[in-house]
Amino acid sequence: MSIGASAIWGRVAIPRSHPLRRLMRERMGALGLVLVVGFVLAALLAPWIAPYDPLKLDVLHKLAPPSLAHPAGTDQLGRDTLSRLIWGARTALAISLGATGLAGLLGLALGLVAGYGPRWLDGLLVLVFDSFSSLPMILFALAVITVAGPGAATLVMVIVLVSIPGYGRLIRAQTLTLKTAEFIQAERTMGASTLRILVHHLLPNVVGPLVIVLSMDIPVVIMLEAGLSYLNLGVRPPTPSWGNILYDGYTSLRQQPALVIAAGIPLVLATIGFTFLGEGLRDALDPKLQVRPR
Amino acid sequence: MLNYAIKRVALAVVILITVMLAMYGMVFLVPGDPASLALGPRATPALKAELIARMGLDQPIHKQVWHFFANALKGDLGFDVWSKRPVLDQILEVFPNTLMLGVVALGWAIVLGVALGCLATVWRGTLIDTLLGILSVSMIAVPSFVIALYSLLIFSVWLGWLPAIGAGTPGDWGSQARALILPSFAIGISWVGYLARLVRASMLEVMGANHIRTARAFGLPETRIVTRYALRVAIIPTIAILAVGFGSILSSAVFVETVFSRPGIGTLVTSAVAKRNYPVVMGTVLFMTAFYLAVVTAADLLIARLDPRVRDVYRG
Repeated sequence: MSIGASAIWGRVAIPRSHPLRRLMRERMGALGLVLVVGFVLAALLAPWIAPYDPLKLDVLHKLAPPSLAHPAGTDQLGRDTLSRLIWGARTALAISLGATGLAGLLGLALGLVAGYGPRWLDGLLVLVFDSFSSLPMILFALAVITVAGPGAATLVMVIVLVSIPGYGRLIRAQTLTLKTAEFIQAERTMGASTLRILVHHLLPNVVGPLVIVLSMDIPVVIMLEAGLSYLNLGVRPPTPSWGNILYDGYTSLRQQPALVIAAGIPLVLATIGFTFLGEGLRDALDPKLQVRPR
Repeated sequence: MLNYAIKRVALAVVILITVMLAMYGMVFLVPGDPASLALGPRATPALKAELIARMGLDQPIHKQVWHFFANALKGDLGFDVWSKRPVLDQILEVFPNTLMLGVVALGWAIVLGVALGCLATVWRGTLIDTLLGILSVSMIAVPSFVIALYSLLIFSVWLGWLPAIGAGTPGDWGSQARALILPSFAIGISWVGYLARLVRASMLEVMGANHIRTARAFGLPETRIVTRYALRVAIIPTIAILAVGFGSILSSAVFVETVFSRPGIGTLVTSAVAKRNYPVVMGTVLFMTAFYLAVVTAADLLIARLDPRVRDVYRG
């Protein structure tokens, strides 16, 4: 349940595999998995499972309460909320996977270069990483949006830029410890090229923890996408995003509260799902990492 | 200690200069100049030339960068051509609101988070511990602006107990305090979960220490051991996290302030972004980065004072 659980449980002599604990823990991870699978399925199958076209206007039935025809009601333009939320899952999935994937790749490359390359380059990259991560993330994101203009592409770029330093530092730290390991030195003595050592020997050893950190960052990115879209600085309407649906709900809070309530639910379920799943993965694979508030 | 302090402060200054350069460089990277972006495509050339001159964009780049640096050092973050007011004035006007929000949010989160962490330690391994753990993770996972929207709906719109917008009437403490309740709740809640976990983890580590074993051998009650003897040691790592956490509090504040239309750094900067008002955005980013670096550096120095192992890393 907690940071470094295995080591700590060992020390205070409480069996880690307390039956009740294990049951709850597995249930938590399983619940996370169910929520995540549901989210991914909704995103992939959106064109087939959404009952209506998410962009189709029906102003005669605007801000309708939930009913059999519209299980989550309609928004201020009469669009079906449930359909928009299902398509919103697609937006959230595309942006979170695309952005974390790209950031992971770039962080991996830069981290390897910093850890294995010349010292001056390492120093420079570490300074850049440190500077970026000492910027309050959201302000940096807003500064980039000011310059590049809001939109889905900017959103991905912002997420990539704010995530690279963390991944880069993680990979660099691991590369540094591996650099002096015997098997790497042996490779070098045998005349292996730098590229070969990086790709064949360092890469497989550093990629594991990165994958866990990436999976734990997905809920953060989903939240950031929704948040910036809520501020109308992310995904632009009419493309459905949970954030801009929440904003529609906010503007019609007094006329039809159902809209804002419905729009918050998938976002909460998705972030909780990914966090629970990440916790389970983390506990199973690397208990030293931890989730943080964003 | 002095050696460590100097190195730590120097690092903060170098980082701040890098950030300033990066911010400034970013504006030059985009196609088109800030003036025409700000004025829109239909601006007359005369109007554009005037704005360019006023923003100092007609000078060579190295001169602009130098002016920017020199002015920032003097506390002049530039002039906002939209509202016709200095950027720093606008920041200082709303900054206390955001600072207050962050401090109150963190304050109640520390009290509740530490309490829950202690409870989980006392009842470790039981169902209560497990449930508290799940609750903590859930609190971390739920986005603060969704909490803000839901609590706005419940407590302001439906029940009408608390104000839905603003930061209260200036000078009226009661109304300001009432306006703080919902936003600080929305921001603080994920910190309750996080601190509870953190405190529990570092408590369990301390619970194996010799002085705790001694206390137990003397037959002190478990509650007293946890709250008096373990917590005192276990709280140190929390200080470091709290300082770094200021950045994430600020992130939540940007969203939550918008939900409650509360004047603050968040509302200032988001409205400036929408208008592509560079001077205000850049000025705010610089100001907050400097503030954040100061907080983090101060916390690092405090920890180095409390825990000599930290400063030893920098020796030799």
